[in-house]
Amino acid sequence: MNETIPPFAIEVDAVRRVYAAKPAPVVALESIDLRVEPGEFFGLLGPNGAGKTTLIKILTTLLLPSSGRARVFGFDVERDTKKIRRIMNMVAGGEQSGYGILTVREQLWMFTQFYGLTGGDGWRRVDELIEAVGLAEQRLQRVSTLSTGQRQKMNLARGLLNDPWILFLDEPTLGLDVSAARSLRELIVDWKRAVPGRTILITTHYMAEADELCDRIAIVDRGRILAIGSPDELKRRVQRESIFRLELDHLVGGASAIASLPGVVSANEAATAPDAGARQTVVMNLVLEDDGALGQVVGALARTGSEILGLRKSEPTLEDVFVELVGRGFAESDVDAPDVAS
Amino acid sequence: MAATIDFVGRSGAGPREAADWSRRQELMTDLRSVRGRAYPRVIGLMREPSWVLFEILLPFLSTAAFVFVYRAIGAPQAYVGFVVLGGALTAFWLNVIWMMANQLWWEKSQGNLELYFAAPMHFMSILFGMALGGMFMSSTRAITVLLIAGTIFGVTFSVDQWALLISVFVLTLGALYGLGMVLASLFLVWGREAWHLGQMLTEPVYFVSGLNFPVARLGFLGALSVAFIPLATGLDAMRQLVFADAAFPVGTPAPLVEVGILGVMTVVSIAGARWMLIAMERRARRDGRLSVRWQ
Repeated sequence: MNETIPPFAIEVDAVRRVYAAKPAPVVALESIDLRVEPGEFFGLLGPNGAGKTTLIKILTTLLLPSSGRARVFGFDVERDTKKIRRIMNMVAGGEQSGYGILTVREQLWMFTQFYGLTGGDGWRRVDELIEAVGLAEQRLQRVSTLSTGQRQKMNLARGLLNDPWILFLDEPTLGLDVSAARSLRELIVDWKRAVPGRTILITTHYMAEADELCDRIAIVDRGRILAIGSPDELKRRVQRESIFRLELDHLVGGASAIASLPGVVSANEAATAPDAGARQTVVMNLVLEDDGALGQVVGALARTGSEILGLRKSEPTLEDVFVELVGRGFAESDVDAPDVAS
Repeated sequence: MAATIDFVGRSGAGPREAADWSRRQELMTDLRSVRGRAYPRVIGLMREPSWVLFEILLPFLSTAAFVFVYRAIGAPQAYVGFVVLGGALTAFWLNVIWMMANQLWWEKSQGNLELYFAAPMHFMSILFGMALGGMFMSSTRAITVLLIAGTIFGVTFSVDQWALLISVFVLTLGALYGLGMVLASLFLVWGREAWHLGQMLTEPVYFVSGLNFPVARLGFLGALSVAFIPLATGLDAMRQLVFADAAFPVGTPAPLVEVGILGVMTVVSIAGARWMLIAMERRARRDGRLSVRWQ
């Protein structure tokens, strides 16, 4: 490879993965192409059976692609397995790894040994990470007695023991309550931010999680990448116009007067609602060609003496993007998922 | 959050430099992995006192039953010693079958196996760690059974060749745990049948290994056919060295011959285990049905 050009953190070229299954082979990945820059927080978003986990297994050297090539920091997943394993780690949701008889501290220390840390360095690293993930109180507690949230924090600490350059997170907040999931997401973001160049590939089917964490997202379904982009870029795919919700004290001439303004695609009176002081207010949905047309609307309202009580821009969600791309929601996709590692 | 500082870690070099390890780093990682994997077994010995009941009292009772039978039929006193030594060594075979051969299957179901595969050490380190921890556990149990039963039943040990005895013991463990390493990969491939195989290999092996009688009693062909079982050959050699004054059936091979057999078995089984592991990992990566927890 050319040493002058830094390699991609992840480079996937036409990777296809087929599982031998009865009555017919299952195609988990269908010619995937993907590039992830070093330092990126990249998400794979898709329903169960989309192929997310299969791609992670290939990148973590646990599975071979049936065809195509995949590289991690320029190292080939088929040939350079040891090199990849030295600089990466992985954490999966619902992970029950390790031995229940050990304490949190002992369990993590055991894993430090598999990455070649000396005994003393291992204990030091474990203590630092236990502190960082907020498990100080549980450090001497047996692993078998941890709650699901504590267990997942310990799993995250395990994934950081070798200070990986690339961390693969497979549904890391699966099964966690809202508070534990938020806490884990904060830890992940803090860890990544601490050293430039650390790369994360996360799979999730939680739209909000992908939206909150990821620099870029690939939407995956049935082994294919349907779209790649930043959350905003993806949302813009389904929102070509700007949508606003306006709340007014009164409206002179009705919504049709606003609809006739230049740059306004449509204007509809949504409701007339009493405000806190029992006054009647008018709620209007506006669809504009772009945000710039809003000035015209505000000016027109001011001229008629209407007071704007509230203004909110409506954003599409990643779910809207998925529905637009696939033609169905996540729940329906889950029903169709084949019974193999997704 | 204060974690920002704590998460800095030790990333100095870039990813490509960090992936470039020296031979020494590789070797030290493998050795540390052996220590790491042995650790839970050593700790387990202290944290699970139930083993005193299951692995000392129960073997002691079955040993006692044979002692009473031999005494009742007027067998030579040496047979009491044979039974006590055999009873002590059952700990190793149980350990090899249930905590070596079955272990990778269990590790897979726990999700540990994929983490081991994804770590940079040679997988043999994991097997060596399991074996070393198992030897420590089983040796503690075996010595306890030997001391208790030997004292209660008045067994007299008479050792002339300590160096040879230690060699036989070490090679027996080498061959036994080497076989356990081979079986670990095989049991993983056979999957759910592994538990049944474990059961199948427990009692019959006890019998043909001559845990309760000199294996030469099976006749020349019988003894020859079970010579590939490390427990049979090792136990036979140890009996000859620990009970130097006892009379052994005609046809019993000399301890030195058995040392040779055990040495060959150790080398072949460890080399076989390595080959099996490589084949198993290749298959796991190709099929996706071995290392991945839910397949």
